[in-house]
Amino acid sequence: MVDLWGGLSQAFWLIVTLDGDMLDIALRSLRVTLTALVLACAIALPLAAFLAVRRFKYRRTVIAGLNALMGLPPVVVGLIVYILLSRSGPLGVLGLLFTPTAMIVAQMIIIVPLVASIAHQSLRDLWQEYHDLLISMNVTQTQKIQTLLWDSRRALLTASLAGFGRGIGEVGAIMIVGGNIDNVTRVLTTAIALETGKGDFALALALGFVLIALTLAVNLIIHALSRTEREGRW
Amino acid sequence: MQMFPLTVTNAISRRHGKTLVGPVSCTLMGTGTTIVLGPNGSGKTTLLRLFHGSARLHSGTVTWACDAQIARQQTGFVFQRPVMLRRSVLDNLIYPLRLRGITKKDARFRGETIARRVGLSDLLGHPAPVLSGGEQQKLALARALITDPKILFLDEPCAALDGKSTRDIETILQDAVASGTRLIMATHDLGQARRLADDVLFLLNGQVAEHTPAQRFFDCPTSAPAQAFLNGDIVE
Ligand SMILES: Nc1ncnc2c1ncn2[C@@H]1O[C@H](COP(=O)(O)OP(=O)(O)O)[C@@H](O)[C@H]1O
Ligand SMILES: [Mg+2]
Repeated sequence: MVDLWGGLSQAFWLIVTLDGDMLDIALRSLRVTLTALVLACAIALPLAAFLAVRRFKYRRTVIAGLNALMGLPPVVVGLIVYILLSRSGPLGVLGLLFTPTAMIVAQMIIIVPLVASIAHQSLRDLWQEYHDLLISMNVTQTQKIQTLLWDSRRALLTASLAGFGRGIGEVGAIMIVGGNIDNVTRVLTTAIALETGKGDFALALALGFVLIALTLAVNLIIHALSRTEREGRW
Repeated sequence: MQMFPLTVTNAISRRHGKTLVGPVSCTLMGTGTTIVLGPNGSGKTTLLRLFHGSARLHSGTVTWACDAQIARQQTGFVFQRPVMLRRSVLDNLIYPLRLRGITKKDARFRGETIARRVGLSDLLGHPAPVLSGGEQQKLALARALITDPKILFLDEPCAALDGKSTRDIETILQDAVASGTRLIMATHDLGQARRLADDVLFLLNGQVAEHTPAQRFFDCPTSAPAQAFLNGDIVE
Protein backbone atom coordinates (compact mmCIF):
# COMPACT_ATOMS: atom_id res chain seq x y z
CA MET A 1 0.00 0.00 0.00
CA VAL A 2 2.83 2.35 0.87
CA ASP A 3 4.28 1.80 -2.60
CA LEU A 4 0.94 2.52 -4.25
CA TRP A 5 0.59 5.87 -2.50
CA GLY A 6 4.24 6.59 -3.07
CA GLY A 7 3.76 5.90 -6.76
CA LEU A 8 0.70 8.09 -6.96
CA SER A 9 2.33 11.05 -5.28
CA GLN A 10 5.53 10.65 -7.26
CA ALA A 11 3.46 10.49 -10.48
CA PHE A 12 1.71 13.66 -9.37
CA TRP A 13 5.02 15.44 -8.88
CA LEU A 14 6.48 14.10 -12.10
CA ILE A 15 3.52 15.48 -13.98
CA VAL A 16 3.09 18.86 -12.27
CA THR A 17 6.81 19.64 -12.39
CA LEU A 18 6.94 18.44 -15.99
CA ASP A 19 9.95 16.32 -15.18
CA GLY A 20 12.30 16.39 -18.17
CA ASP A 21 13.10 12.68 -18.37
CA MET A 22 9.50 11.70 -17.83
CA LEU A 23 8.30 14.12 -20.49
CA ASP A 24 10.91 12.85 -22.89
CA ILE A 25 9.90 9.24 -22.38
CA ALA A 26 6.16 9.95 -22.50
CA LEU A 27 6.49 11.96 -25.69
CA ARG A 28 8.54 9.20 -27.28
CA SER A 29 5.84 6.67 -26.35
CA LEU A 30 3.25 8.90 -27.90
CA ARG A 31 5.28 9.55 -31.02
CA VAL A 32 6.12 5.90 -31.65
CA THR A 33 2.60 4.62 -31.09
CA LEU A 34 0.79 7.42 -32.91
CA THR A 35 3.07 7.04 -35.91
CA ALA A 36 2.56 3.29 -35.90
CA LEU A 37 -1.18 3.81 -35.52
CA VAL A 38 -1.50 6.27 -38.41
CA LEU A 39 0.51 4.03 -40.71
CA ALA A 40 -1.36 0.94 -39.53
CA CYS A 41 -4.75 2.61 -40.14
CA ALA A 42 -3.65 3.69 -43.60
CA ILE A 43 -3.20 -0.01 -44.36
CA ALA A 44 -5.90 -1.58 -42.20
CA LEU A 45 -8.90 0.61 -43.05
CA PRO A 46 -8.76 0.31 -46.85
CA LEU A 47 -7.94 -3.37 -46.42
CA ALA A 48 -11.00 -3.84 -44.20
CA ALA A 49 -13.21 -2.02 -46.69
CA PHE A 50 -11.81 -4.03 -49.57
CA LEU A 51 -12.52 -7.28 -47.69
CA ALA A 52 -16.05 -6.09 -46.97
CA VAL A 53 -17.03 -5.29 -50.56
CA ARG A 54 -14.97 -7.59 -52.70
CA ARG A 55 -15.68 -11.29 -53.17
CA PHE A 56 -12.71 -13.42 -54.08
CA LYS A 57 -11.74 -16.98 -53.56
CA TYR A 58 -9.78 -16.77 -50.34
CA ARG A 59 -11.69 -13.90 -48.73
CA ARG A 60 -12.88 -15.96 -45.79
CA THR A 61 -9.41 -17.33 -45.24
CA VAL A 62 -7.91 -13.84 -45.20
CA ILE A 63 -10.54 -12.63 -42.71
CA ALA A 64 -10.04 -15.65 -40.48
CA GLY A 65 -6.30 -15.05 -40.72
CA LEU A 66 -6.66 -11.42 -39.68
CA ASN A 67 -8.84 -12.41 -36.77
CA ALA A 68 -6.27 -14.95 -35.65
CA LEU A 69 -3.45 -12.41 -35.99
CA MET A 70 -5.24 -10.13 -33.51
CA GLY A 71 -3.94 -12.48 -30.85
CA LEU A 72 -0.38 -12.37 -32.18
CA PRO A 73 2.03 -12.44 -29.20
CA PRO A 74 4.00 -9.16 -29.32
CA VAL A 75 7.16 -10.88 -28.10
CA VAL A 76 7.13 -13.13 -31.13
CA VAL A 77 6.52 -10.17 -33.44
CA GLY A 78 9.46 -8.44 -31.79
CA LEU A 79 11.63 -11.49 -32.26
CA ILE A 80 10.80 -11.80 -35.94
CA VAL A 81 11.34 -8.11 -36.62
CA TYR A 82 14.62 -8.37 -34.67
CA ILE A 83 15.80 -11.22 -36.86
CA LEU A 84 14.82 -9.37 -40.03
CA LEU A 85 16.56 -6.15 -38.98
CA SER A 86 19.61 -7.59 -37.25
CA ARG A 87 22.96 -7.00 -38.91
CA SER A 88 23.03 -10.45 -40.50
CA GLY A 89 19.32 -10.42 -41.38
CA PRO A 90 17.82 -9.67 -44.79
CA LEU A 91 17.10 -6.03 -43.89
CA GLY A 92 20.23 -5.58 -41.80
CA VAL A 93 21.78 -3.06 -44.20
CA LEU A 94 19.10 -0.54 -43.27
CA GLY A 95 20.63 -0.31 -39.81
CA LEU A 96 17.24 0.09 -38.19
CA LEU A 97 17.63 -2.21 -35.19
CA PHE A 98 17.42 -0.36 -31.84
CA THR A 99 15.86 2.72 -33.42
CA PRO A 100 12.37 4.17 -32.95
CA THR A 101 11.68 3.19 -36.57
CA ALA A 102 12.12 -0.47 -35.68
CA MET A 103 9.66 0.00 -32.80
CA ILE A 104 7.16 1.62 -35.15
CA VAL A 105 7.43 -1.26 -37.58
CA ALA A 106 6.88 -3.82 -34.83
CA GLN A 107 3.88 -1.95 -33.47
CA MET A 108 2.36 -1.61 -36.92
CA ILE A 109 2.48 -5.37 -37.35
CA ILE A 110 0.69 -5.76 -34.04
CA ILE A 111 -1.92 -3.05 -34.69
CA VAL A 112 -2.89 -3.73 -38.31
CA PRO A 113 -4.76 -7.03 -37.73
CA LEU A 114 -6.61 -5.62 -34.73
CA VAL A 115 -7.80 -2.44 -36.46
CA ALA A 116 -8.58 -4.29 -39.69
CA SER A 117 -10.65 -6.96 -37.93
CA ILE A 118 -12.74 -4.54 -35.89
CA ALA A 119 -13.18 -2.18 -38.84
CA HIS A 120 -14.12 -5.01 -41.17
CA GLN A 121 -16.95 -6.03 -38.86
CA SER A 122 -18.72 -2.68 -39.04
CA LEU A 123 -17.90 -2.01 -42.67
CA ARG A 124 -19.40 -5.36 -43.61
CA ASP A 125 -22.62 -4.56 -41.77
CA LEU A 126 -22.85 -1.16 -43.42
CA TRP A 127 -22.18 -2.66 -46.83
CA GLN A 128 -25.11 -5.03 -46.33
CA GLU A 129 -27.30 -2.05 -45.59
CA TYR A 130 -26.04 0.02 -48.54
CA HIS A 131 -25.52 -2.73 -51.10
CA ASP A 132 -28.65 -2.40 -53.24
CA LEU A 133 -28.58 1.39 -53.23
CA LEU A 134 -24.95 1.76 -54.22
CA ILE A 135 -25.24 -0.92 -56.90
CA SER A 136 -28.28 0.88 -58.33
CA MET A 137 -26.23 4.08 -58.49
CA ASN A 138 -23.40 2.47 -60.43
CA VAL A 139 -20.73 3.52 -57.98
CA THR A 140 -17.14 2.65 -58.78
CA GLN A 141 -15.15 0.43 -56.46
CA THR A 142 -13.31 3.46 -55.11
CA GLN A 143 -16.50 5.46 -54.51
CA LYS A 144 -18.00 2.47 -52.77
CA ILE A 145 -15.07 2.18 -50.40
CA GLN A 146 -14.96 5.93 -49.77
CA THR A 147 -18.66 5.98 -48.92
CA LEU A 148 -18.38 3.06 -46.52
CA LEU A 149 -15.31 4.46 -44.78
CA TRP A 150 -16.87 7.90 -44.40
CA ASP A 151 -20.25 6.70 -43.16
CA SER A 152 -18.77 4.35 -40.58
CA ARG A 153 -16.13 6.78 -39.39
CA ARG A 154 -17.29 6.55 -35.78
CA ALA A 155 -16.86 2.80 -35.66
CA LEU A 156 -13.50 3.22 -37.37
CA LEU A 157 -12.46 5.71 -34.72
CA THR A 158 -13.28 3.16 -32.06
CA ALA A 159 -11.27 0.56 -33.96
CA SER A 160 -8.26 2.86 -34.13
CA LEU A 161 -8.55 3.71 -30.43
CA ALA A 162 -8.39 0.00 -29.71
CA GLY A 163 -5.26 -0.11 -31.83
CA PHE A 164 -3.80 2.81 -29.91
CA GLY A 165 -4.49 1.06 -26.63
CA ARG A 166 -2.78 -2.07 -27.80
CA GLY A 167 0.23 -0.15 -29.09
CA ILE A 168 0.84 2.25 -26.22
CA GLY A 169 0.64 -0.48 -23.59
CA GLU A 170 2.78 -2.95 -25.49
CA VAL A 171 6.18 -3.85 -24.07
CA GLY A 172 7.35 -7.21 -25.44
CA ALA A 173 8.05 -6.27 -29.04
CA ILE A 174 9.50 -2.80 -28.54
CA MET A 175 11.75 -4.03 -25.77
CA ILE A 176 13.33 -6.52 -28.18
CA VAL A 177 13.63 -4.34 -31.28
CA GLY A 178 14.18 -1.04 -29.47
CA GLY A 179 16.49 -2.24 -26.75
CA ASN A 180 15.24 0.24 -24.15
CA ILE A 181 18.18 2.58 -24.74
CA ASP A 182 18.10 5.68 -22.60
CA ASN A 183 17.25 8.84 -24.57
CA VAL A 184 16.84 6.86 -27.78
CA THR A 185 14.32 4.07 -27.56
CA ARG A 186 13.15 4.12 -23.96
CA VAL A 187 9.39 4.49 -23.74
CA LEU A 188 6.98 4.35 -20.81
CA THR A 189 6.37 0.61 -20.86
CA THR A 190 10.02 -0.36 -21.18
CA ALA A 191 10.98 2.16 -18.51
CA ILE A 192 8.41 0.62 -16.18
CA ALA A 193 9.85 -2.84 -16.82
CA LEU A 194 13.35 -1.51 -16.13
CA GLU A 195 12.46 0.33 -12.89
CA THR A 196 10.52 -2.67 -11.65
CA GLY A 197 13.53 -4.85 -12.35
CA LYS A 198 15.72 -2.45 -10.38
CA GLY A 199 13.27 -2.53 -7.49
CA ASP A 200 12.25 1.14 -7.76
CA PHE A 201 8.57 0.37 -7.45
CA ALA A 202 7.53 3.93 -6.71
CA LEU A 203 9.07 5.28 -9.90
CA ALA A 204 7.74 2.32 -11.88
CA LEU A 205 4.26 3.00 -10.52
CA ALA A 206 4.57 6.69 -11.21
CA LEU A 207 5.43 5.96 -14.81
CA GLY A 208 2.49 3.54 -14.89
CA PHE A 209 0.11 6.27 -13.79
CA VAL A 210 1.56 8.61 -16.38
CA LEU A 211 0.89 5.92 -18.99
CA ILE A 212 -2.72 5.57 -17.86
CA ALA A 213 -3.19 9.34 -17.84
CA LEU A 214 -1.77 9.56 -21.34
CA THR A 215 -4.07 6.84 -22.67
CA LEU A 216 -7.11 8.44 -21.08
CA ALA A 217 -6.15 11.87 -22.37
CA VAL A 218 -5.79 10.65 -25.96
CA ASN A 219 -9.13 8.83 -25.80
CA LEU A 220 -10.92 11.82 -24.33
CA ILE A 221 -9.43 14.25 -26.81
CA ILE A 222 -10.39 12.11 -29.78
CA HIS A 223 -13.91 11.61 -28.49
CA ALA A 224 -14.30 15.30 -27.82
CA LEU A 225 -13.10 16.10 -31.32
CA SER A 226 -15.51 13.63 -32.89
CA ARG A 227 -18.41 14.91 -30.84
CA THR A 228 -17.98 18.47 -32.02
CA GLU A 229 -19.10 17.17 -35.37
CA ARG A 230 -22.70 18.11 -35.97
CA GLU A 231 -23.91 14.96 -37.73
CA GLY A 232 -23.02 12.84 -34.75
CA ARG A 233 -26.28 11.20 -33.86
CA TRP A 234 -26.29 7.77 -35.39
CA MET B 1 -29.97 8.94 -77.24
CA GLN B 2 -32.64 6.42 -78.12
CA MET B 3 -32.93 3.87 -75.28
CA PHE B 4 -36.25 2.27 -76.08
CA PRO B 5 -37.61 -0.16 -76.94
CA LEU B 6 -36.41 -2.38 -74.13
CA THR B 7 -36.64 -5.85 -75.56
CA VAL B 8 -36.81 -8.86 -73.28
CA THR B 9 -36.69 -12.34 -74.75
CA ASN B 10 -37.03 -15.54 -72.76
CA ALA B 11 -35.37 -13.94 -69.75
CA ILE B 12 -35.05 -16.30 -66.80
CA SER B 13 -33.81 -15.55 -63.29
CA ARG B 14 -32.83 -18.52 -61.17
CA ARG B 15 -31.55 -18.80 -57.63
CA HIS B 16 -30.36 -21.98 -56.00
CA GLY B 17 -31.75 -24.07 -58.83
CA LYS B 18 -35.21 -22.59 -58.50
CA THR B 19 -36.72 -20.44 -61.23
CA LEU B 20 -37.87 -17.15 -59.70
CA VAL B 21 -39.03 -15.45 -62.84
CA GLY B 22 -39.43 -16.42 -66.43
CA PRO B 23 -39.21 -17.20 -69.15
CA VAL B 24 -40.39 -13.65 -69.79
CA SER B 25 -40.67 -11.99 -73.18
CA CYS B 26 -41.95 -8.47 -73.58
CA THR B 27 -41.22 -5.14 -75.19
CA LEU B 28 -41.37 -1.81 -73.37
CA MET B 29 -41.81 1.31 -75.46
CA GLY B 30 -40.43 4.74 -74.72
CA THR B 31 -43.29 6.66 -73.20
CA GLY B 32 -45.72 6.51 -70.34
CA THR B 33 -45.81 4.51 -67.15
CA THR B 34 -45.59 0.75 -67.01
CA ILE B 35 -47.10 -0.83 -63.95
CA VAL B 36 -45.84 -4.28 -63.01
CA LEU B 37 -48.83 -5.67 -61.18
CA GLY B 38 -49.08 -8.91 -59.26
CA PRO B 39 -49.54 -10.48 -55.83
CA ASN B 40 -46.70 -10.85 -53.32
CA GLY B 41 -44.07 -13.30 -54.45
CA SER B 42 -45.15 -13.18 -58.08
CA GLY B 43 -41.69 -11.92 -59.06
CA LYS B 44 -42.17 -8.16 -59.43
CA THR B 45 -38.96 -7.24 -57.65
CA THR B 46 -36.98 -9.81 -59.57
CA LEU B 47 -38.41 -8.67 -62.89
CA LEU B 48 -37.62 -5.01 -62.18
CA ARG B 49 -34.05 -5.96 -61.34
CA LEU B 50 -33.79 -7.93 -64.55
CA PHE B 51 -34.97 -4.90 -66.51
CA HIS B 52 -32.63 -2.65 -64.59
CA GLY B 53 -29.72 -4.99 -65.00
CA SER B 54 -28.93 -5.54 -61.32
CA ALA B 55 -30.18 -9.14 -61.23
CA ARG B 56 -28.24 -11.83 -62.99
CA LEU B 57 -29.86 -13.32 -66.04
CA HIS B 58 -29.79 -17.08 -66.08
CA SER B 59 -30.68 -17.18 -69.73
CA GLY B 60 -32.40 -15.07 -72.34
CA THR B 61 -31.67 -11.45 -73.13
CA VAL B 62 -32.57 -7.97 -71.91
CA THR B 63 -31.51 -5.40 -74.48
CA TRP B 64 -31.85 -1.67 -74.74
CA ALA B 65 -31.83 0.18 -78.04
CA CYS B 66 -28.48 1.62 -76.90
CA ASP B 67 -25.46 0.28 -75.09
CA ALA B 68 -26.46 -1.34 -71.77
CA GLN B 69 -23.82 0.55 -69.81
CA ILE B 70 -25.03 3.88 -71.17
CA ALA B 71 -28.65 2.94 -70.50
CA ARG B 72 -27.76 2.03 -66.94
CA GLN B 73 -26.39 5.53 -66.36
CA GLN B 74 -29.81 6.95 -67.22
CA THR B 75 -31.77 4.95 -64.66
CA GLY B 76 -32.77 5.38 -61.07
CA PHE B 77 -34.12 2.80 -58.66
CA VAL B 78 -36.39 3.28 -55.66
CA PHE B 79 -36.71 0.33 -53.31
CA GLN B 80 -39.63 -0.96 -51.33
CA ARG B 81 -37.68 -0.28 -48.16
CA PRO B 82 -35.77 2.98 -48.61
CA VAL B 83 -32.04 2.78 -47.95
CA MET B 84 -30.86 5.79 -46.00
CA LEU B 85 -27.20 6.77 -45.97
CA ARG B 86 -26.04 7.62 -42.46
CA ARG B 87 -25.85 11.27 -43.37
CA SER B 88 -28.04 14.32 -43.25
CA VAL B 89 -31.06 14.59 -45.52
CA LEU B 90 -29.24 17.10 -47.72
CA ASP B 91 -26.15 14.91 -47.99
CA ASN B 92 -28.39 11.98 -48.97
CA LEU B 93 -30.03 14.08 -51.64
CA ILE B 94 -26.82 15.31 -53.21
CA TYR B 95 -24.96 12.01 -52.95
CA PRO B 96 -25.63 10.98 -56.59
CA LEU B 97 -24.52 14.42 -57.76
CA ARG B 98 -21.31 14.23 -55.75
CA LEU B 99 -20.64 10.82 -57.31
CA ARG B 100 -20.79 12.54 -60.67
CA GLY B 101 -18.22 15.07 -59.58
CA ILE B 102 -20.57 18.05 -59.24
CA THR B 103 -19.24 20.64 -56.83
CA LYS B 104 -20.65 20.81 -53.34
CA LYS B 105 -22.04 24.28 -53.98
CA ASP B 106 -23.94 23.40 -57.16
CA ALA B 107 -25.09 20.12 -55.67
CA ARG B 108 -26.36 21.91 -52.61
CA PHE B 109 -28.39 24.30 -54.71
CA ARG B 110 -30.01 21.46 -56.63
CA GLY B 111 -30.57 19.55 -53.40
CA GLU B 112 -32.41 22.47 -51.86
CA THR B 113 -34.49 22.91 -54.99
CA ILE B 114 -35.64 19.32 -55.13
CA ALA B 115 -36.22 19.27 -51.38
CA ARG B 116 -38.74 22.08 -51.84
CA ARG B 117 -40.44 20.11 -54.58
CA VAL B 118 -40.95 17.05 -52.35
CA GLY B 119 -41.57 18.95 -49.13
CA LEU B 120 -38.40 18.10 -47.24
CA SER B 121 -37.03 21.63 -46.93
CA ASP B 122 -37.46 21.77 -43.18
CA LEU B 123 -35.59 18.53 -42.63
CA LEU B 124 -32.43 19.12 -44.64
CA GLY B 125 -30.13 19.12 -41.63
CA HIS B 126 -31.65 16.08 -39.94
CA PRO B 127 -29.95 12.70 -40.01
CA ALA B 128 -31.83 10.75 -42.68
CA PRO B 129 -32.18 7.51 -40.66
CA VAL B 130 -34.42 9.23 -38.09
CA LEU B 131 -37.05 10.34 -40.61
CA SER B 132 -40.48 8.71 -40.72
CA GLY B 133 -41.18 6.01 -43.31
CA GLY B 134 -43.03 8.41 -45.59
CA GLU B 135 -40.31 11.05 -45.37
CA GLN B 136 -37.63 8.46 -46.04
CA GLN B 137 -39.41 7.29 -49.16
CA LYS B 138 -39.83 10.87 -50.37
CA LEU B 139 -36.13 11.39 -49.78
CA ALA B 140 -35.30 8.20 -51.67
CA LEU B 141 -37.49 9.32 -54.54
CA ALA B 142 -35.99 12.80 -54.65
CA ARG B 143 -32.49 11.31 -54.48
CA ALA B 144 -33.30 9.09 -57.45
CA LEU B 145 -34.79 12.00 -59.39
CA ILE B 146 -32.06 14.54 -58.71
CA THR B 147 -29.93 13.29 -61.60
CA ASP B 148 -32.89 13.57 -64.00
CA PRO B 149 -32.91 9.91 -65.00
CA LYS B 150 -34.69 8.99 -68.23
CA ILE B 151 -36.13 5.92 -66.55
CA LEU B 152 -37.11 5.43 -62.97
CA PHE B 153 -37.72 1.96 -61.55
CA LEU B 154 -39.89 1.84 -58.47
CA ASP B 155 -40.44 -1.31 -56.42
CA GLU B 156 -43.69 -0.96 -54.44
CA PRO B 157 -42.56 2.43 -53.09
CA CYS B 158 -45.82 2.96 -51.21
CA ALA B 159 -46.35 -0.55 -49.84
CA ALA B 160 -45.55 0.54 -46.27
CA LEU B 161 -47.01 4.04 -46.41
CA ASP B 162 -50.33 5.55 -45.34
CA GLY B 163 -52.78 7.29 -47.66
CA LYS B 164 -51.38 10.78 -47.27
CA SER B 165 -47.78 9.76 -47.94
CA THR B 166 -48.90 7.60 -50.85
CA ARG B 167 -50.71 10.56 -52.38
CA ASP B 168 -47.66 12.80 -51.93
CA ILE B 169 -45.45 10.21 -53.61
CA GLU B 170 -47.90 9.80 -56.48
CA THR B 171 -48.01 13.55 -56.99
CA ILE B 172 -44.23 13.67 -57.23
CA LEU B 173 -44.34 10.76 -59.67
CA GLN B 174 -46.93 12.46 -61.84
CA ASP B 175 -44.76 15.59 -61.93
CA ALA B 176 -41.82 13.45 -63.01
CA VAL B 177 -43.89 11.86 -65.76
CA ALA B 178 -45.03 15.29 -66.91
CA SER B 179 -41.39 16.32 -67.26
CA GLY B 180 -40.63 13.27 -69.33
CA THR B 181 -39.44 10.57 -66.96
CA ARG B 182 -40.35 7.04 -67.96
CA LEU B 183 -41.66 5.08 -64.96
CA ILE B 184 -41.55 1.33 -64.51
CA MET B 185 -43.20 0.61 -61.23
CA ALA B 186 -44.16 -2.52 -59.34
CA THR B 187 -47.22 -2.55 -57.14
CA HIS B 188 -49.80 -4.93 -55.80
CA ASP B 189 -52.20 -2.05 -55.19
CA LEU B 190 -54.95 -1.98 -57.81
CA GLY B 191 -56.01 1.56 -57.02
CA GLN B 192 -52.48 2.83 -57.52
CA ALA B 193 -52.19 0.86 -60.75
CA ARG B 194 -55.39 2.45 -62.05
CA ARG B 195 -54.19 5.92 -61.14
CA LEU B 196 -50.76 5.69 -62.73
CA ALA B 197 -50.68 3.02 -65.42
CA ASP B 198 -50.40 3.53 -69.15
CA ASP B 199 -49.73 -0.13 -69.67
CA VAL B 200 -49.91 -3.04 -67.26
CA LEU B 201 -47.63 -6.03 -67.02
CA PHE B 202 -49.52 -8.56 -64.96
CA LEU B 203 -47.27 -11.09 -63.27
CA LEU B 204 -48.25 -14.37 -61.72
CA ASN B 205 -45.88 -17.06 -60.48
CA GLY B 206 -42.96 -15.50 -62.25
CA GLN B 207 -44.75 -15.42 -65.61
CA VAL B 208 -46.21 -12.51 -67.53
CA ALA B 209 -49.87 -13.42 -67.60
CA GLU B 210 -50.79 -10.33 -69.56
CA HIS B 211 -49.20 -7.16 -70.95
CA THR B 212 -51.78 -4.69 -72.29
CA PRO B 213 -52.57 -0.98 -72.35
CA ALA B 214 -54.07 0.08 -69.03
CA GLN B 215 -57.49 0.93 -70.42
CA ARG B 216 -57.92 -2.50 -71.91
CA PHE B 217 -56.44 -4.25 -68.90
CA PHE B 218 -58.90 -2.70 -66.48
CA ASP B 219 -61.93 -2.92 -68.82
CA CYS B 220 -61.59 -6.38 -70.26
CA PRO B 221 -58.54 -8.36 -69.19
CA THR B 222 -57.93 -11.34 -71.38
CA SER B 223 -56.30 -13.72 -68.91
CA ALA B 224 -58.33 -15.52 -66.26
CA PRO B 225 -55.95 -14.68 -63.38
CA ALA B 226 -56.06 -10.98 -64.24
CA GLN B 227 -59.85 -11.09 -64.28
CA ALA B 228 -59.82 -12.75 -60.88
CA PHE B 229 -57.28 -10.23 -59.52
CA LEU B 230 -59.41 -7.32 -60.75
CA ASN B 231 -62.47 -8.86 -59.16
CA GLY B 232 -60.66 -8.74 -55.86
CA ASP B 233 -60.19 -12.48 -55.64
CA ILE B 234 -57.05 -13.73 -54.02
CA VAL B 235 -54.90 -15.16 -56.78
CA GLU B 236 -51.73 -17.07 -56.18
N1 LIG C 1 -32.56 -13.97 -53.25
C1 LIG C 1 -33.51 -14.90 -53.37
N2 LIG C 1 -33.24 -16.21 -53.14
C2 LIG C 1 -34.19 -17.13 -53.28
N3 LIG C 1 -35.46 -16.86 -53.60
C3 LIG C 1 -35.79 -15.59 -53.83
C4 LIG C 1 -34.84 -14.54 -53.74
N4 LIG C 1 -35.47 -13.37 -54.03
C5 LIG C 1 -36.74 -13.69 -54.29
N5 LIG C 1 -36.94 -15.01 -54.18
C6 LIG C 1 -38.19 -15.72 -54.45
O1 LIG C 1 -38.59 -15.38 -55.77
C7 LIG C 1 -39.98 -15.19 -55.84
C8 LIG C 1 -40.30 -13.82 -56.38
O2 LIG C 1 -39.84 -12.86 -55.45
P1 LIG C 1 -40.02 -11.30 -55.67
O3 LIG C 1 -39.47 -10.96 -57.00
O4 LIG C 1 -39.43 -10.62 -54.49
O5 LIG C 1 -41.60 -11.14 -55.70
P2 LIG C 1 -42.47 -9.84 -55.39
O6 LIG C 1 -41.59 -8.67 -55.47
O7 LIG C 1 -43.53 -9.86 -56.45
O8 LIG C 1 -43.09 -10.01 -54.05
C9 LIG C 1 -40.52 -15.43 -54.44
O9 LIG C 1 -41.02 -16.74 -54.40
C10 LIG C 1 -39.32 -15.29 -53.56
O10 LIG C 1 -39.44 -16.11 -52.44
MG1 LIG D 1 -41.11 -7.25 -54.08
